[in-house]
Amino acid sequence: MSDFLLELFSEEIPARMQTQAADDLKRLVTGALTEQGLSFEGAVSFATPRRLALHIAGLPERQQDRREVKKGPRVGAPEAAVQGFLKSAGLASLSEARIEVEPKKGEFYVAVIEKPGRGTAELLAEILPGLLKSFPWPKSMRWGAASAASEALRWVRPLHSIVATFGPETEETEIVGFSLDGIAAGNRTYGHRFMAPGEFSVRRFDDYVSALEKAKVVLDPARRRDIILFDAQSLAYAQGLELVVDMALLEEVAGLVEWPVVLMGEFDAAFLAIPPEVIRATIRANQKCFVLRDPETGGLANKFILTANIVASDGGQAIAAGNGRVVRARLSDAKFFYDTDLQVKLEDRLAKLDDIIFHEKLGSQGERVKRLVLLAGKIAPLIGADVAAAERAAKLAKADLTSEMVGEFPELQGLMGKYYALAQGEPEVIAQAIEDHYKPQGPNDRIPTDPVAIAVALADKFDTLTGFFAIDEKPTGSKDPFALRRAALGIIRLILENELRLHIPQVSAEAFAGYARMSETIPARRLKAMLDDEDSDEEDLDRLIAGGPWAWEFTREPEVTALAAARRYLAVRFSGEGEPSEADLPAFDDLFAILTPYQELRDLQLVYDGERSDDVANVSGEALDLACERFAAARTDLLSQIMGFFADRLKVHLRDQGSRHDLIDAVFSLDGQDDLFLIVRRVEALGRFLDMDDGRNLLAGYRRAANILRAEEKKAGAEEAKSYLDAFEPAYFVAEEERDLAAALLAAATAAIHAVAEEDFEAAMQALSHLRAPVDAFFEKVTVNSEDKALRLNRLRLLSGLRAAVHKVADFSKIAG
Amino acid sequence: MVSGRGRFASALSGFRFAAISVRQWRMTITADAVQNSSFAAFDPRRSFQGLILALQRFWAEAGCVILQPYDMEVGAATFHPATILRALGPKPWRAAYVQPSRRPKDGRYGENPNRLQHYYQFQVVLKPSPENLQDLYLGSLAAIGVDTHLHDIRFVEDDWESPTLGAWGLGWECWCDGMEVSQFTYFQQVAGIECAPVAGELTYGLERLAMYVQGVENVYDLNFNGREGAEKISYGDVFKQAEQEYSRHNFEAANVETLFQHFKDAELECKALLGLGAGGERHRMVLPAYDQCIKASHIFNLLDARGVISVTERQSYILRVRELAKSCGKAWLKTEAGGAG
Repeated sequence: MSDFLLELFSEEIPARMQTQAADDLKRLVTGALTEQGLSFEGAVSFATPRRLALHIAGLPERQQDRREVKKGPRVGAPEAAVQGFLKSAGLASLSEARIEVEPKKGEFYVAVIEKPGRGTAELLAEILPGLLKSFPWPKSMRWGAASAASEALRWVRPLHSIVATFGPETEETEIVGFSLDGIAAGNRTYGHRFMAPGEFSVRRFDDYVSALEKAKVVLDPARRRDIILFDAQSLAYAQGLELVVDMALLEEVAGLVEWPVVLMGEFDAAFLAIPPEVIRATIRANQKCFVLRDPETGGLANKFILTANIVASDGGQAIAAGNGRVVRARLSDAKFFYDTDLQVKLEDRLAKLDDIIFHEKLGSQGERVKRLVLLAGKIAPLIGADVAAAERAAKLAKADLTSEMVGEFPELQGLMGKYYALAQGEPEVIAQAIEDHYKPQGPNDRIPTDPVAIAVALADKFDTLTGFFAIDEKPTGSKDPFALRRAALGIIRLILENELRLHIPQVSAEAFAGYARMSETIPARRLKAMLDDEDSDEEDLDRLIAGGPWAWEFTREPEVTALAAARRYLAVRFSGEGEPSEADLPAFDDLFAILTPYQELRDLQLVYDGERSDDVANVSGEALDLACERFAAARTDLLSQIMGFFADRLKVHLRDQGSRHDLIDAVFSLDGQDDLFLIVRRVEALGRFLDMDDGRNLLAGYRRAANILRAEEKKAGAEEAKSYLDAFEPAYFVAEEERDLAAALLAAATAAIHAVAEEDFEAAMQALSHLRAPVDAFFEKVTVNSEDKALRLNRLRLLSGLRAAVHKVADFSKIAG
Repeated sequence: MVSGRGRFASALSGFRFAAISVRQWRMTITADAVQNSSFAAFDPRRSFQGLILALQRFWAEAGCVILQPYDMEVGAATFHPATILRALGPKPWRAAYVQPSRRPKDGRYGENPNRLQHYYQFQVVLKPSPENLQDLYLGSLAAIGVDTHLHDIRFVEDDWESPTLGAWGLGWECWCDGMEVSQFTYFQQVAGIECAPVAGELTYGLERLAMYVQGVENVYDLNFNGREGAEKISYGDVFKQAEQEYSRHNFEAANVETLFQHFKDAELECKALLGLGAGGERHRMVLPAYDQCIKASHIFNLLDARGVISVTERQSYILRVRELAKSCGKAWLKTEAGGAG
């Protein structure tokens, strides 16, 4: 058995890419070996800032010889078939083939192809160049003289040397001879950039690791992490402090050093007046250092932990002092930002939000805040929050976006708002809502529980979702640039974990109404502005037309022609090459005529209801009616899209929680399912019911009935099938079992409907479970397909009644198994 | 052994420094420790100008042409045609220069110890990027007195992108004891054109570096000329008034109407010159056209500082400058220096 060692030595690899690169290297090389029929005992890969290394142990020296038997054409087959066979089997003539006899079929030519196994080293040399040339770096580059050619090697940073050795565990190894864009693989590598820059040769993994260690390189990132963590904790402990552990930072820092040396730095205690999150963000983001906690105060200490890459000649004093200076400068910047921010009240920042674009088509953050205030005010009473508090929190929620601190550290948005709100004397509940309205940010994030915070958090997410759906920026496949899935999941968790009762379309409609009220959506006024502004071009017009419920109006003649003329006019004027044609100007009148009703609608805030009002006196009645109708249709379509999106996200969420997919479908197929909390309760009740005998038996009986119905419905015409849905007629009952089932059905359906109305799904299912015995008896004694057509029809209606009764609780046809 | 001092003295008289090794020279200075000797004016750890001179000398030894600053207002040393245009095309190129850089928005009326609206960058551009570029860079740090056995030098991922120049590259910010002292970039694309071959670019933030080697916390306290006492001239002596005046200009006084007009003029002029220079096999007027592109970019920065450009407009202005840069880059490839056949 032999081992393979590969090292790719380069300039500094970004820390965030190292782990993935080591994994990719192992996966790709071992995958290629397996494809060649080479098995191995084990493979490990490592990364440092300057190298990727791979060790594969227990490889055979050669592939096994392979013998392939290829069956050819029948003896005496046409010449073309014979030639094809010779060619594919690599034979010169038929004399090299054997003839085999198969019973009943006759004689066939057979070629036996011997394939001697190739040397593993040789194969590696063949595989590696192609594999490395297409290595999946997230970002790669060209460099040096070779980069004059477009096919030059790409690597994450310039690649300098390659170690590739292969050989038995105990003996000398050989170099796997290949070269990559002029870099020949060898057995020589380099130590630490500053402490042991010299070159040395290696044979195999064991001596490679120890030689590196001697040359001040810790190859294994996990060991570097352990060293940093252990030393950091010891240093902290020695000072009576606690390390604030930050695993993501630890991973990054371990990717920045080959020889970790942990040191402690210090900053002026006066900086501790800055919020701890700010200190941490500053020290972490800019300096990649850890902060320390003082167990006595529970707050941060004025010390920090840094990780150097060298054992300095003065024991690290200069390094710690230098880092301390930078931290000090950063913290004094932060303190300056913080003090500056505190000078301005949050409400005085609101005007500036008008200059910050939320989204090109959805207006500014300022408008967004106005919508949030409206929406939070609508949601508050639905969830038992104080309306005035929710509106106040919504009004201030985004104000910190204009603060210096959030400009510097965007990840502190919300949190800074809370600090500034408290500083200006806002009640705790409002300050907390400002911080929490962004939550939950991810699956592990905390869910707000205070009603005011929930109201603003919901408003924020519904506004985002509705807005982006309205401009058709829905997530597709893996693309979700506006994090709408996260927003939907956030709403779902806010609702479920706080047991809120909300109708999704109702809240979405409120959010949509908010957009409709915003001045920027006034279409006719925008069109007028466009005509007046020489800097407008035809694309501005396209955006206006596509950006509202009026878009449908422009898909047919004569509007298409008018639109084309208006585009032409703007395009020529914008280009400055020639005068726009006066003849195109009247087209704008036509466009105005179409957009004005929408404008009127908006002004009267009728868009929300999509209904004609008598207040609209001065607009042409017919046009307005049509616009109302279309607007209402567009709105209905939008709301159902949003509800569908929630249904999908809820399914994903419930599946992740372990719920059965089919049960979710069974509930969602019912009409009017838009209350997420109820949906989940129903799914849970259904799951419990089906786990019991009553449930299982009812399901069996339901299926029997549904199968018969489906078969008969298929045979009958649509008209006749429809007649099965009518009520059954007691006069046609013959057997006792029919009467019993009918009676039980009426009782169960009544009880189930009543229980569902009470939202008591357990009771509803309990009621249905009483159907089990009569259903069984019915199928045992009664033949549905009676010769007597009237009896048959009546029995089908009885089964249809059974199906309908069960569907009051859930669509059992969706249940699997 | 030849006395370092003697050699240095003779070098001084003839202004020929190249022959003396940096190490010898540094030892000499410390040994002398004569505060107001003429050597102090050249010590990179004691004077701002010494830092510049040491870097120039180092990169001259590495074969660079030592250029002087470009005579126009630019936002960064990269804008100098010696970088942005010379990075394009197949011809080898090595240059180093100091470039005053203007960031109107960064003005702080001379009151912030770290931020300036006018500061110096030391720029090195080497095409194709040499195999030992990192070692050269570390050598340059040694030349200005940074001991890599005492200080922690790190290459931390920082990809560079200039939307206005249509340029990007991969590289690092170089840290010394946690402080960013340089940018290190392998250009991949400039003016929308793939670099072939790739140029390596090093940009030293001179004030910051000088603050580090001089151990000073406020930029205005930097020793400029290396003298002490009455003869000392600080960075503040040279630039503080300018920072105050230009901050007023950038934020309060610059005439917005005129600037908007100048932007349009520069944009038109750039396009016009590119048009006039085109026509044959070769392009005959790229450099003057590119000057207009630089001008447009600086005017945009001024308008931005005046706060009259909204977020949406911002993007469109950046795109307009980029279009100019791209057209200039394309035209450059049709010139002799751009490698046209």
